[in-house]
Amino acid sequence: MTALLELRDVEARYGPVQALRGISISVPEGSVVAVLGANGAGKTTTLRAVSGTVRRSGAILLGGKPLRGGPESAAKSGIAHVPEGRGTFTELSVVENLRLGAYTRRDRSVKADIERMSTYFPWISERGEQRAGTLSGGEQQMLALARALMGRPRLLMLDEPSLGLAPLVVREIFRIVRELNEKEGLTVLVVEQDARIALNAASSAYVLEVGKVAVSGSSAELRDDEAVRRSYLGY
Amino acid sequence: MALFWQQVVSGLASGGIYGALALALVLIHRATGVINFAQGEMAAFSTYVLWTLTANHGLSYWPAFVLTLALSFAGGVAIHQVVIRPVERGSQIRVVIVTIGLLLLLNGLMTWIWSGEIRPVASPFPSGTFDIGGVALAYGDVGTIAVCLAAVIVLWAFFQFTKVGLALRASAVNPAEARLVGVRVPWMLGLGWGLAAMLGAVAGVLTAPTTLLTPSMMQAILIYAFAAAVLGGIDSPIGAVVGGLILGVGLSLLATYVDFVGTELQLPVALLVILIVLLVKPAGLFGKTQVKKV
Amino acid sequence: MSARTLRALVAFVVLAVVVYVLPAFVNDFRAQQLAYVGIYLVALIGLNVLTGYTGQISLGHGAFMAIGGYTTALLMSDHGVKDIYTIPLAVVVAGAVGVLFGFPAARLSGLYLALATFAVAVAIPGVLRRFEGFTGGGQGKNLFGTPELTASITPVKILGFDLNFNNWIYYLSWTVALVGYVIAWLLLRGRTGRSLRAVRDSETAAVSSGIGLTHAKVFAFGVSAAYAGAAGALFAIATNFVNPDTFPVTLSIFLLVGVVVGGLGSLTGLIVGAVFIQFMPLWAQNISKSPGAPAVVYGVILILVVLALPTGAAGLFARVTQLARRRRDFQKP
Repeated sequence: MTALLELRDVEARYGPVQALRGISISVPEGSVVAVLGANGAGKTTTLRAVSGTVRRSGAILLGGKPLRGGPESAAKSGIAHVPEGRGTFTELSVVENLRLGAYTRRDRSVKADIERMSTYFPWISERGEQRAGTLSGGEQQMLALARALMGRPRLLMLDEPSLGLAPLVVREIFRIVRELNEKEGLTVLVVEQDARIALNAASSAYVLEVGKVAVSGSSAELRDDEAVRRSYLGY
Repeated sequence: MALFWQQVVSGLASGGIYGALALALVLIHRATGVINFAQGEMAAFSTYVLWTLTANHGLSYWPAFVLTLALSFAGGVAIHQVVIRPVERGSQIRVVIVTIGLLLLLNGLMTWIWSGEIRPVASPFPSGTFDIGGVALAYGDVGTIAVCLAAVIVLWAFFQFTKVGLALRASAVNPAEARLVGVRVPWMLGLGWGLAAMLGAVAGVLTAPTTLLTPSMMQAILIYAFAAAVLGGIDSPIGAVVGGLILGVGLSLLATYVDFVGTELQLPVALLVILIVLLVKPAGLFGKTQVKKV
Repeated sequence: MSARTLRALVAFVVLAVVVYVLPAFVNDFRAQQLAYVGIYLVALIGLNVLTGYTGQISLGHGAFMAIGGYTTALLMSDHGVKDIYTIPLAVVVAGAVGVLFGFPAARLSGLYLALATFAVAVAIPGVLRRFEGFTGGGQGKNLFGTPELTASITPVKILGFDLNFNNWIYYLSWTVALVGYVIAWLLLRGRTGRSLRAVRDSETAAVSSGIGLTHAKVFAFGVSAAYAGAAGALFAIATNFVNPDTFPVTLSIFLLVGVVVGGLGSLTGLIVGAVFIQFMPLWAQNISKSPGAPAVVYGVILILVVLALPTGAAGLFARVTQLARRRRDFQKP
């Protein structure tokens, strides 16, 4: 399988603080890959490096072609980045959030896609005009997911989708992610603190530690290796 | 009683102008967090452009008006890109000073190019009044109200129904997330300034027939617009319009019925409105209260 | 006394000597212009306390100058008070109004304070016109040739020297400026200065460290208004009249320009700022005779200074001397 996304020796810094010290990651087309690690390990920065939200050096390739520029061009290239905290446009309505997700698209099927979202998230069609800020945390996460899908992305990046959500809701979200991956072949890169649930959904994972890749491999390998689980994954 | 209604209508007309300029201020504040002290001078400049087009280039009124709107739009975008973008994320003092510099620059430029001479400007509306139920209403006042209403409605439709309008609204409140969906936020902000400049042009053009065209024509109007924006809520577009109308009618009635105020003290009254609102309910009528944690 | 204070003292004495000796070397007209530099300097010293130290922006200090100017004019023309005796009264009146305004002002932040003070500046001429009986309305008050005005017709004798009007005004305004400079310096040293600066740097920190936030702001407003009042009084005396248009909104803006160009927060650049305010219109006339030219030049320079130099001319000066000092240090063995 070819890699849809490749990071080669990527470095990134916030002012004087170096957050990524040369990481290399490969995300095969049509797979789910997890990025794990403790707080401050550089997980969020990895996603930001891909979407161009933070300045980075090193090579980042999407479909073999180098990615340059800021978030706007990443979005145009087909990368949907759902940031930490969901990035919901709280002042706007549910439907308006979805319309924004389709911003880079020039085709006419946007309205049809909004209806399609209702099959994954039935409540969307009923609560279309509701202000997004009044939704619950779980609903906002699903809205963020739906918004990302509206862009018909090649790559979906999720930053800590489980944050602040009840376990039932988290399981539902990951179920939807797995369904999207299996049914529609969507490539997903997910950053998670909850290693267990991430490894259930992903086929392979990278564990970061202080800005470097400490351990990587298939989910099965990482799950079965007790030493790895104890030291890096916390269970 | 007839006097009362006449004053109300005339107050609505001036209120429409204050509201239009206040809307421009609110637009810019929502988009870039800046209070644009130069909004009045920009509006006056646009009015001079209109005057030049009709007086020196022989265009008739409404084509010149449309062209002025287009030029004002371009000017607003240009000002944002050149002068505001470098400072909009820094300290507030720096941004205030830049807009003040802009105020001086435009004011001086108007005097330089067109001299400080007071010029009469023709109104696009017929002069005189018509009668409704015993009340004499001026064509000028009604026309002004209509134009302001039209401008506000067009703008509202733009924001509600177009993709670009949606993107602009998103950029104003969540610029980082807007970038993630592919919106070119800096251009959106420039667009906001362009639209605000157009609104200012409308306000200026409607004011000129009454106040006569001079470089300092919009200084007092700017204060009224500030008062309207503050009264309505500095981030609320509805507030700006409603605030403008309330202020316009209020000042008009005060000037007519309270001798002490007359026409000379309307400006200090507006100042009092600003102070009282900011001290008692800073969020204004339609704004949201900001929680400042200490 | 630390080395830095000694250096500052020496610099100040040198400056004072230069100031007092200068009129012997310049013509009468130049002396008059330099007198106005002194007047603006008085206002800027005060405004610097407000904007440079506590970070509150005022676009309305021309209004405090108007209060001082009108106090002086009314005392002189309606109550026969001698010009120099009106100055302390103008200071007190303006300062009192400043304190009163300081209370509501303290509750407004940044942009909103600028907005409110801007509105004051625009509204003041109308108010002055309105209360004609008191202020003389549109005509204002004319002080030319009145006996309360020193040296207006015949020269005045000071310390054995005969001073004509322009020289007298020069010495008067610069004496007030230098004395005011010293007072401000004393006021801003140590704890008072630190508490004022704390307001500017972080309001949250200032509040949590127990510094009376409101008190600091009101104090700064009162002090800056008092200085502006003195400047206004001197202005009225120097120009021999006041009317509602003597203190327009552009004056308030130019005062802020002076503080910004000179350097927010630093006393050294203020003289630069005052010179700028006085002479810029004249230099602008070289570019174009049009009455609009000075405003254009002011505006352009203001924008450029903010875009290029975040700390104004004095900041540039400080940075250059810092670089020079550092190079010297590196050359030591």
